[in-house]
Amino acid sequence: MNFITDHLLSIILFSPLVAAAILLFLPEQQEKLIKWVSFVFSLVPFGFSLALWFLFDKNATGFQFVEQYVWYAAINSSYHVGVDGIALSMVLLTTLLTPLAILASFSIQHNIKSYMILFFLLELGMLGVFLALDLLIFFVFWEFGLVPMYFLINQWGSEKGEREIWGGIKVPARTYASFKFMIYTMAGSLGLLLAIQMIGVVAGTFDIPTLFERWTRLDKPLFGLDISTVKAIAFWAFTIAFAIKVPVWPFHTWLPDAHTEAPTAGSMILAGVLLKLGAFGFLRLVLPLYPMEAQRYAPALAFLAVMAIIFGAFASFGQSDFKRLVAYSSVNHMGFVVLGIAAAAYAMGGENATIALNGAVLQMFNHGLSAAGMFFLVGVIYERTHTRDLNEYGGLFPLVPVYGGILIFTSMASLGLPGLNGFISEFLVVRGSWPIFTLFTALAMIGLLFTGAYILKGIKQVLHGPLNEKWVGHLTEINEREIFVIAPLMVLMLWIGVWPAWILDVINRAVLALLS
Amino acid sequence: MSGSVFNVTMFLAILPELWIFVLASLVLILDLVLPKEQHRVLGWITAVGLILGILISLLVAVPSEQAQFVWGDLIRFDRLGFVFKILFMFGAAMTALFSSNLEKLGQRGDFYVLMLVSTLGMCLMASAADVIMLYLAIETTSIPLYVLAGFYKEDNKSTEAGFKYLLFGAMTSAIMLFGFSYLFGLTGTTNLYALVNQVVQHQLSPFVLYGVLAFILVGFAFKISAFPLHFWAPDVYSGAPTPIAGYLSTASKAAGFAVLVRVLWVGFPEIQPYWVYVMTGVSIATMTIGNLLALAQKDIKRLLAYSSISHAGYVLIGFVAVSELGATSVIFYLIVYLLTNLAAFGTVAVFEKTSGSSEIASFAGLSRRSPWLAMMMLVSFLSLAGMPPFGGFVIKFSVFAAAVQRGLIGLAVIGVLNSIVGLYYYLTVLKVIYLYRSEEEQVAVPIPQASKVALAVLCIGIIVMGVIAAPWFDIGALGARALW
Amino acid sequence: MQFPILSFIVFTPIVAAILIFLIPEDRKNEVRVAALAAASFALVLSIWVYFAYDIQAGGYQFVEQVSWIPALGISYKVGLDGMNAPLVLLTGVVMFTGVLISWGIDDRPREFFTFLFILATGVFGVFVSLDLFMLFFFYEIAVFPMYLLIAIWGWKETREYAAMKLTLYLFVGSVIALVGALAMYFTAGLGTFDMLELEKAGFSREFQILWFPFVFIGFGVLGGIFPFHNWSPDGHVAAPTAVSMFHAGVLMKLGAFAALRVGLMLLPEGAKFHMGWIILLTLVNVVYGAFIASVQTDFKYVIGFSSVSHMGLVLMGFATLTKQGFIGSGIQMFSHGVMTALFFAVVGMVYDQAHTREIPKLGGFRKVMPIVAVCFIIGGLVSMGMPGFSGFIAEFPIFMGVWSSYPLIAIIAAISIVITASYIIRVVGRVFYGQMPQEFEGHVHDVTVLDKIALLFLSFILVALGVFPGWMVPLVESGVEQILRLLGGA
Repeated sequence: MNFITDHLLSIILFSPLVAAAILLFLPEQQEKLIKWVSFVFSLVPFGFSLALWFLFDKNATGFQFVEQYVWYAAINSSYHVGVDGIALSMVLLTTLLTPLAILASFSIQHNIKSYMILFFLLELGMLGVFLALDLLIFFVFWEFGLVPMYFLINQWGSEKGEREIWGGIKVPARTYASFKFMIYTMAGSLGLLLAIQMIGVVAGTFDIPTLFERWTRLDKPLFGLDISTVKAIAFWAFTIAFAIKVPVWPFHTWLPDAHTEAPTAGSMILAGVLLKLGAFGFLRLVLPLYPMEAQRYAPALAFLAVMAIIFGAFASFGQSDFKRLVAYSSVNHMGFVVLGIAAAAYAMGGENATIALNGAVLQMFNHGLSAAGMFFLVGVIYERTHTRDLNEYGGLFPLVPVYGGILIFTSMASLGLPGLNGFISEFLVVRGSWPIFTLFTALAMIGLLFTGAYILKGIKQVLHGPLNEKWVGHLTEINEREIFVIAPLMVLMLWIGVWPAWILDVINRAVLALLS
Repeated sequence: MSGSVFNVTMFLAILPELWIFVLASLVLILDLVLPKEQHRVLGWITAVGLILGILISLLVAVPSEQAQFVWGDLIRFDRLGFVFKILFMFGAAMTALFSSNLEKLGQRGDFYVLMLVSTLGMCLMASAADVIMLYLAIETTSIPLYVLAGFYKEDNKSTEAGFKYLLFGAMTSAIMLFGFSYLFGLTGTTNLYALVNQVVQHQLSPFVLYGVLAFILVGFAFKISAFPLHFWAPDVYSGAPTPIAGYLSTASKAAGFAVLVRVLWVGFPEIQPYWVYVMTGVSIATMTIGNLLALAQKDIKRLLAYSSISHAGYVLIGFVAVSELGATSVIFYLIVYLLTNLAAFGTVAVFEKTSGSSEIASFAGLSRRSPWLAMMMLVSFLSLAGMPPFGGFVIKFSVFAAAVQRGLIGLAVIGVLNSIVGLYYYLTVLKVIYLYRSEEEQVAVPIPQASKVALAVLCIGIIVMGVIAAPWFDIGALGARALW
Repeated sequence: MQFPILSFIVFTPIVAAILIFLIPEDRKNEVRVAALAAASFALVLSIWVYFAYDIQAGGYQFVEQVSWIPALGISYKVGLDGMNAPLVLLTGVVMFTGVLISWGIDDRPREFFTFLFILATGVFGVFVSLDLFMLFFFYEIAVFPMYLLIAIWGWKETREYAAMKLTLYLFVGSVIALVGALAMYFTAGLGTFDMLELEKAGFSREFQILWFPFVFIGFGVLGGIFPFHNWSPDGHVAAPTAVSMFHAGVLMKLGAFAALRVGLMLLPEGAKFHMGWIILLTLVNVVYGAFIASVQTDFKYVIGFSSVSHMGLVLMGFATLTKQGFIGSGIQMFSHGVMTALFFAVVGMVYDQAHTREIPKLGGFRKVMPIVAVCFIIGGLVSMGMPGFSGFIAEFPIFMGVWSSYPLIAIIAAISIVITASYIIRVVGRVFYGQMPQEFEGHVHDVTVLDKIALLFLSFILVALGVFPGWMVPLVESGVEQILRLLGGA
């Protein structure tokens, strides 16, 4: 038992890898077996995360369940993992969404084995980022996560659609989207990579807790430049990398493409977890490593966040593609996360900052639930209708009442209806930011208004209005498996909406530590 | 310097020459006695006889470290000469083997006799300490070679080769003799080793010596086919019987170098800067011209002729270094080069016998027709190109090293660049052998027994010298130390 | 007297070459089996010696010395340290896999394996030589079989041209370095070619500054340094598969390694003086190579130019003269060797089936050769420096090294990562995914078991190094310490 508790994080981290390895040796043709084995094994990390959740000492500060082993001694990088409250909630979110996404993927038709293996590798990459306490390890997992996602979009993405690229050549949309996703994120991480290298050279270590001490105290000129200039450049290198991932306006253009073309489960994970990586990067690295710069540039960041909120909402409202609508809603919702972070960075402590940051972290979690749910529901209807065009739907409520109910419930959570989770977190963010960035927050309210508008538009176009006759008799109700996927998400949405304390307790301690 | 009383040393000093003389007489008699169809055995007899001679010489006639003058100071019994003598005998033995299965060559006793006489002359060249002896030796070498080059009487090309060789040879040796006579007139001595003192005593103007030396060098340059007296080589090599061409390009050339080294280093140290200049220029011109012209050749014998001109240039690099390392590298170079070039000509001779052509293009598909012959050509050509693990690499390295040691970095670089050009055309030949196909691919190329033996010995020798270089290098060093 | 393991490694291939040549021509299968046996033997020996190296003790181990030409102070001296141990292992690996995927060669396999093994001996020899002369000796041995291998078994269109170009380039480079080596020998006046002695010779600063560029660039030619790189893509493309593997996988390392050992380690002051502009050359290599690779339409040219780019990183790591840079370069040499061997193996397999290498004409090969596709993707990820694979382990420290000496160059060089990613993705997408052209349907088959073994073996190494760098990094680090001592002490 000691072994398990001592190595709990490593076990959580690498159990997906074990699952992938086991899948590798299963025969390709046994699709059913592969699906169920994948599902069962995806529950393993979830189980351990639950254990982690309960073993986690909510009152202790600092990182817990720390493990450290020699990895790359020559450049002073080690395999160093640990969790705090923020990471813990993200780990829980990841391990929760993965089994659900796998369950949602049971309808995948071809190459199920490779698909599942890639999915587990994706989970590995995401968990690694949340757990890493070494800058290099952080980057390793950060980049590594791209690869499975690329292939998931490229291979199992929607088969329709073409995009014209330069030179007038037409390529399949999924190829275009996956390529854009990969290059965008890689280009974004390039600055991150360079900055990490630079930090490694200057500080002589990659250990994140050590860097918190060492890097922030540097005051000698570097490379013939003033230290503050160097830090400012490095700050922006980090920020842009994370901003692309979040994504913050104007770096968001890869996201609608990627989301639209990704398979349902891919979108769930993409929206549910991958976007959180960027926000998590802000929390884990940018704020502690660059407190001064973060404070100085927080208004700019807040401005971008507000733009993301407003434009995300507008863009979403303007879509006629259901999946694109949901995709842009992610831009909108993640804007609140960034707004909260920027506000906290600007205030540097104090009650408002704490509230804003708590809200941001909770919003990350909540958006993970609702966005995953929304994408899943889009996927459910797409599988039946093979279209995502909102104008093709209409008046479906009578045909699929259960599905309709679920869709409305989830949409409301996304909208921020009081009593459901979205409300809590968005309220916290707004409440915290208001005294700090009054104008920005006020502007963000416009976005909030349009959030309501586009969500209602979506519901209206799909469920209400005149019935599109061609679906009569063709549209089947949501099945048990699919209900089983969405049910846990709905439970959590409601639970957090009604009684958020259980998760805020965990988050709050880490937030306080971060702001001290 | 006493040679007035007969003693054992005197005979030991010319033991190889005596042995060759006896062997030549034996062959001459057997030629008369043996029935026509058994004449092929003469080649074997010559070769085995020469090898025996080498063994006997090695057993009893190795000179001591202290050189001795014998036969009225005409001959210097030293290790330099000895090394060369062994080399010549070995080369002659191999040539005899290559020749033995060529109809019009190997079946005739007079061929072997001429070759042996010529070898005898070379041996004397290598140990001559007196210009008179030297001249006699050179003529003894050359005259049989003129005949040998034109040995195929009914073949116009061969006749032309012999005639050309004779004309140029006679002319240049006349000029050289002219130089020798001046030398005697000016110094009153014909002995190379006494020359230095006489020059100092008579306080000869260096300009006079320049002139004399220029005459003498004409003769030597012809022998080693150095620029500007190189132009006979391609015509003669391509016309002459192939084994003879090989012999000309190796043993005869080595003999020329043996004389060149001894005469210039021992006889003319007073004006060393002068001839170093001249020979540096000659070296550069020789290797450059040889290599560049070789690029354009379509006939493999002409190609090898130009390649052998360029190799003379490389040897001269070591020569102009004028140091112990330089002398060592020259001798070492000549040893390995003799094996390599003999092997190259030997393979050509074998192929030519079957195909009747020495066009490079006719070598296409050789590796399919006879993988072993192709491999042997590969070994010899790559060794010529200076590639390890063959001997050619080590010798090139040693001459370049000698140059760099003396600070002649420019010369070394030119040599290096030349060897790149060389690599190009050697590889071109190998490409034809290995890459191109021909219509006669099904026709195997048989390797006669005697050639097989000779080629095996030579190729193994090339590899051994490349891989275990030290003993051969030390032989060169032995010879070099005996120079003074 | 300990077991002469290094000599066994060096001479196993050439002895095998001789034995193979003695097998009758028509017994092709026996030839192949003999070749595989010899290659396996060499691989086992190199693995063994790699892990038997005592990192704690450091320095040169398994040293053997036999006097070769005493008069000139040349001796056959070999030894293993942290820098060359991975390369010996690499050569063993490439040789083994090269034989596996050359199984299908039907035109004179006997000659093919003979030349290939002579090449292998040369390569092993250069890596372990501790004697300057011997280094050249083996270096040249490695050059000439290359010519024949490419000219005879290469791609019909360009083989003669490419083979000659390659040979002459390499020969020019090496002989120029040779003159520098001779100058060192005589200037040192120690009468020895022993590099360990020459390291202590204390050459004057002027001498080092004069000769360093000759030696470094001379060998750098084989390492593909700009502007002397353009033999390499042509050579790669023309060569038969196994030879491309050897060529890009091992031979280019030969140049880089010799530049390090002879240039940097013997002339450290010269290195310090000249590295400022040499790093610019390597920068061109890295960025320009990647860019050119990205616009190629010939599958093999893409890989060929990517090698130029990646080898540029190796030389760039050297040029930083920092610990991280050297460590990174040391690992990059190994990692790139394995990766590029994998690449060329895959290209060869695709070409064998499709008879074309034009990327636009290919497509959908994943369906018929899934394992090949997966292995190629792994190689591609290594190539773009994806974390979790060996390329990252190698490139990261190189960039750190560059940061600590020339920050701006690090930033510019990093562009190559994105370019590399873009062309790798493009190639993977075009060749292995997408629609298979009509004419290939039914004509294209999966590769043989031997091919799969070779590919999986190479992929495994790449992943293993990426995930657990611990089995190579300390070793390389111990080698780097020696270099740093020379740089610091001089």
